[in-house]
Amino acid sequence: MLSSLWLIPVWPLLGFLWNGFFGRRIGKTAVGTIACGSVGLSLLASLGALGKLLARPAEARRVEQVLAPWIGAGNFQADWGLLLDPLSAVMILVVSGVGFLIHVYSIGYMREDPDYPRFFTYMNLFTFSMLMLVLANNYLLLYVFWEAVGLCSYLLIGFWFEKKSAADAGKKAFIVNRVGDFGFALGVMLLWTSLGTLRYDQVFAAAPAQLVAGGGVVTAITLLLFLGATGKSAQIPLYVWLPDAMEGPTPVSALIHAATMVTAGVYMVARSAPLFEMAPLSLSVVAWIGGLTAVFAATIALVQTDIKRIVAYSTISQLGYMFLGCGVGAYAAAIFHLMTHAFFKALLFLGSGSVIHGLSGEQDIRKMGGLRKHMPITAWTFLIAALANAGIFPLAGFWSKDEILYGAAAGGYGGVWALGAAGAFLTAFYMLRCYYLTFEGRSRVEPEAAHHLHESPPVMTVPLVILAVFAALVGFVGVPPEHGAYHRFVEPVFAGAKQVAGHAASVGEVPMAILSLAIALVGVWVATRFYVWRPETPDRVVGRYPGVYRTLLHKYYVDELYDALVVEPIRRGSLWLWRRFDEPVIDGSVNGIGALIRVGSLALRRVQTGYVMSYVLSFIVGVVAILGYFAFWR
Amino acid sequence: MRVPLEAYLILSAYLFALGVVGVATRRNALIIFMSIELMLNAVNLSFLAFARFLNSMDGQIFVFFVMVVAAAEVAVGLAIIITIYRNKETVDVAELNLLKW
Repeated sequence: MLSSLWLIPVWPLLGFLWNGFFGRRIGKTAVGTIACGSVGLSLLASLGALGKLLARPAEARRVEQVLAPWIGAGNFQADWGLLLDPLSAVMILVVSGVGFLIHVYSIGYMREDPDYPRFFTYMNLFTFSMLMLVLANNYLLLYVFWEAVGLCSYLLIGFWFEKKSAADAGKKAFIVNRVGDFGFALGVMLLWTSLGTLRYDQVFAAAPAQLVAGGGVVTAITLLLFLGATGKSAQIPLYVWLPDAMEGPTPVSALIHAATMVTAGVYMVARSAPLFEMAPLSLSVVAWIGGLTAVFAATIALVQTDIKRIVAYSTISQLGYMFLGCGVGAYAAAIFHLMTHAFFKALLFLGSGSVIHGLSGEQDIRKMGGLRKHMPITAWTFLIAALANAGIFPLAGFWSKDEILYGAAAGGYGGVWALGAAGAFLTAFYMLRCYYLTFEGRSRVEPEAAHHLHESPPVMTVPLVILAVFAALVGFVGVPPEHGAYHRFVEPVFAGAKQVAGHAASVGEVPMAILSLAIALVGVWVATRFYVWRPETPDRVVGRYPGVYRTLLHKYYVDELYDALVVEPIRRGSLWLWRRFDEPVIDGSVNGIGALIRVGSLALRRVQTGYVMSYVLSFIVGVVAILGYFAFWR
Repeated sequence: MRVPLEAYLILSAYLFALGVVGVATRRNALIIFMSIELMLNAVNLSFLAFARFLNSMDGQIFVFFVMVVAAAEVAVGLAIIITIYRNKETVDVAELNLLKW
């Protein structure tokens, strides 16, 4: 399997082509089978590759293959090259594994949709692009598929494009990402002009010799790359598109906006670890942005009422943790959290999807409640995912989040650690709030929807159960912390980069773990008190701090701020250019030329008398004049 | 007695001028047409005269071309004139001003 890495991404590509061209003719069953089967084959290929990789000694776990040359111009060289090492192995397993379950779930969720083939076509294209993104062996190929997943994201957010809000959300996602991608493109260009290569191995080999550590160039490169990551992975200041992306079908939110695509930024930063390690300033920026985003998004999630938006803000917050981990040098922990997060966040989204499906499209948790009796499987799996997200022992999220916080504390980043700890408390609170309001208490379901209330079909609940098993147990590959099987596998990738975690061991691991667990448990306790024991508490708190509540409910007015600062000036500037430049200058000059010719022809057309004699006369005079000129004056 | 070259050329120029005047002054399309033929044949005459006096066949060959073109022109031109006559019931060029602005 290692000799032909292309076998991993090729299946979804074939599925995309087949469903794209023939999807409407072959029927829904065939479309679903092809789509899921192709991702399933990728999963098998990835598992095979992982097995082969594990069979090798740790230092030989790196396979690089150039499939074909792509661009060769002068001394610029970029290839269709694939790289499999433990880092990309973890990524392809997450992408194809979680992706496969979500594809299966989609068969049930999208059953009634008339655009079923189009949905699976996009999903397969996305899976292909994402696999290529994580398998690319150079920055240019990474960039191409970085854009390709952005395109798929746009297509799938706007999947129900007849709905204006969905079409707008797709546009917003695309445009906001464009800002980040612009920075990313500049970073890649700067990388090439300063090092002359874009291949990972060559870049990382050349960087220490050709760039000054901590110097301006490497800082600029890494900050520009990170700008791209803030767009793709929804960090401050470019996170605004992700909550709106919930307009897409729920499986899309699960696959793209929770489990895989949004983690591309984290992957890219981890992949570029040797570069980031040379730029301490960029590392602190990454850590602080991550920490701030983690808290910021968590506070917004406290008061949201749309079940998918709560989970979306939770995603932003958890991505913040991953960047926090990268920023403090705990790359392995960040990727570990990426992996566990993929499982429990996909589960949360699919669970919300199951709820929405059961309630005939209702997304407002104020109109839910008491659903556990009606949809027990969804409720239990959702609870597992919520607790995993909250970081409760021994579920997956506990191990990875604790490791990130430990990395921050051990690395001496006290401020960042405090942000992470505050975020952990908030996370536990809003996840449990979401669970209680949805599944417990008395039912507030509208009678219309209550009538159709039902548990989802097995094609949807089976993926939920499988994901729940993973969300509960996948953390154990990283046990004991810092030295688990996962770490022995992944750490060598970051061996070149300094490993904060495990070195400055001035803080004990066990006390830190107990502390973070305690923080999460306090969050759970507060949520239970608020929403189970004393249901009147939330209203009292809101009544006491109405300003805070309103600010949070309006998401700190960031959308309004961006509207006023960016969108509106651009709109006004464009209007001005249209009225004051385009119309008078551009149109004016074009119309002016037309008017000039019109006026000229008004005079000249008098010559055309319609009287043949005069034409002949002028013809003869002309001929005589020319002949005379040649005969006498020359 | 041999007719000198100048005589041919003078005759040719005279015929050509006659054609020009005909084209410029007459209003009947058929007469204009005939005048054009006259001009062509005036040129043919000078070609032949030069060919003879220079002992070269080039002029004669050219004359054949001119005659072929003239024949083709007659075919097309007469057809046009007939069509115009059918439509307008006149071949007076002064009355044909459809393409005037």
